[in-house]
Amino acid sequence: MTKRRFREAQADLPPAAGNGLLDRRLFLEYGAVFGALLLTPRPAAPGAPTSAFNIDPADPPWMHQPGKPFSHYGVPSPHESKVIRWIAANPAVPGNGVSWSPLHDLEGTITPTGLHFERHHNGVPDIDPAQHRLVIHGLTQRALSFTMDDLMRYPMRSALIFLECGGNSNQGWNLEPIQTKVSFLHGLVSCGEWTGVPLSILLDEAGIDAGARWLIAEGADAIAMNVSIPIEKAFDDAILAVYQNGERIRPEHGYPLRLVLPGWEGVMNVKWLRRLRAAAEPVMARNETSRYTELLPSGKARQFTFVMETKSVITAPSFGMTLEESGFYEISGLAWSGRGRVRSVEVSADGGRSWAPAALQEPVLSKCFTRFRIPWRWDGGPATLMSRATDETGSRQPLRADLVRERGRQGYFHYHAVVSWAVGEDGLLRHVYI
Amino acid sequence: MLVMTAAVLTGNPSLGDSAPPPRLGQPISQAELERWDTDVFVDGRGLPAGTGNPQQGASLYESQCAACHGVQGVGATADHLTGDFVPLDAEWPDKHVGTYWPYATTLFDFIRRAMPMSAPGSLSADDIYAITAYILHINHIIGAHEEMNAETLPKVIMPNRNGFFSADPQYQRGAER
Repeated sequence: MTKRRFREAQADLPPAAGNGLLDRRLFLEYGAVFGALLLTPRPAAPGAPTSAFNIDPADPPWMHQPGKPFSHYGVPSPHESKVIRWIAANPAVPGNGVSWSPLHDLEGTITPTGLHFERHHNGVPDIDPAQHRLVIHGLTQRALSFTMDDLMRYPMRSALIFLECGGNSNQGWNLEPIQTKVSFLHGLVSCGEWTGVPLSILLDEAGIDAGARWLIAEGADAIAMNVSIPIEKAFDDAILAVYQNGERIRPEHGYPLRLVLPGWEGVMNVKWLRRLRAAAEPVMARNETSRYTELLPSGKARQFTFVMETKSVITAPSFGMTLEESGFYEISGLAWSGRGRVRSVEVSADGGRSWAPAALQEPVLSKCFTRFRIPWRWDGGPATLMSRATDETGSRQPLRADLVRERGRQGYFHYHAVVSWAVGEDGLLRHVYI
Repeated sequence: MLVMTAAVLTGNPSLGDSAPPPRLGQPISQAELERWDTDVFVDGRGLPAGTGNPQQGASLYESQCAACHGVQGVGATADHLTGDFVPLDAEWPDKHVGTYWPYATTLFDFIRRAMPMSAPGSLSADDIYAITAYILHINHIIGAHEEMNAETLPKVIMPNRNGFFSADPQYQRGAER
């Protein structure tokens, strides 16, 4: 279908909400057309030169010579070399910082492993798996030590889940909206498949005492990162992950062993896991007291804020992109909740005055990225694009004003308010607060 | 074939449950465990032998900590360890050891785990007690000559000891569940 025919077909359809939002089902019928209208660089006109060598797309040189041979491990096209994690670290301690997942360059729901966000407190350890042990002790009937070879012989499970740093989006607390790409504001979240041994199996083997309420997990990195985890979560859906997206976990994500707690704050998913101690009380580690807690206006701080709350963000169009002309666009974004499945995502194009339901791309999985889409007809005038997720427990993503009213602006962690992108008449997108 | 189909149709609820998991964990002795277990609890359990005071800590701080944490705990690239004593309910509170950290034992524990970041694990227990004492002292929490050790450190009451509550009440420290 041509662009013109598509426009004619849609000309008389009633909007789903103000300022050009259309019925989400249009996407299903005319998805291919929307794909062509996405914010990708325009293809060159037929016959136009695309390089210094005057390549003819109708008869390109790569059809006249054998291609490259097989590779032992595939890497992205060199033409995609700008799709990278952006690093923000302390120059004095280069292993203390983050790298952001480039959400604005990605589609679908799976984050490529090499683009999964990172947060390290003192670098990535180079661990010899043959010398790595997992020790389980404390309030247990038996203190046990496991080698990696041992762990590989246990039954395994997979969890396809998002993983989000508690500090993701923290610049949302700023007084003024930061003007940066969606990834450098919200890119400390990624999604992938983690496979390993259900933690409950090993806890049963060690024999957890009735008085144990917490499990203190410790990593084998250069800060021996440790946090306390309620024992119920450990028995519920915790996984001792060995594989990430089908291959052994990459070093920066916890090789050779990572504790994975679906839906819970990133820091608790301890990388390079070496020890689990069953205890009656939390250990009150630095990273569960002075950090990863949220100071409220009352002067008291929220602690043990484990669950990552209901959240969504429009990834296209978003800051840094330009709408070249008025017409049809697909609004696309990500939604997730640490409590379960995303039930709905509403989108507004008029700054929250009216909302329309977006289409949720299947599969919609618990504690996993959900991709949402909705067609939009930009009339060339001012517009403000917003998305608002609700999960299956009824927990709805708050407007920023409501979140700030409840939590103040000094909490630093767990910012999950509605994100707003303003479209100017010039087609440029800006980050705004609504 | 029919059996496999049935398993798929029922969502394979018995995945992996057909055989009991192996029991491959090797017992680890108490003596060996002590080499692994570095946890320090707020009541002082896990603190090692040793002692140190703020005066000893001042010179250690200068050589081991100041490059990142600044002279007397402020003004460099790493977290400031002391600062203004603005109340936490102010519009612009100042969060640091003296205003925010709830437990002095956590200070010892984190220094032992992580510091200095260029060479974690290189400080002796005496050194860590001394640096901990120094940081407490520059926050006006202990006197210039107070010794910090396994007995005294857990007794230090931090100004923000009662400043935290569990977002989920069932996880409040000491709560029954």
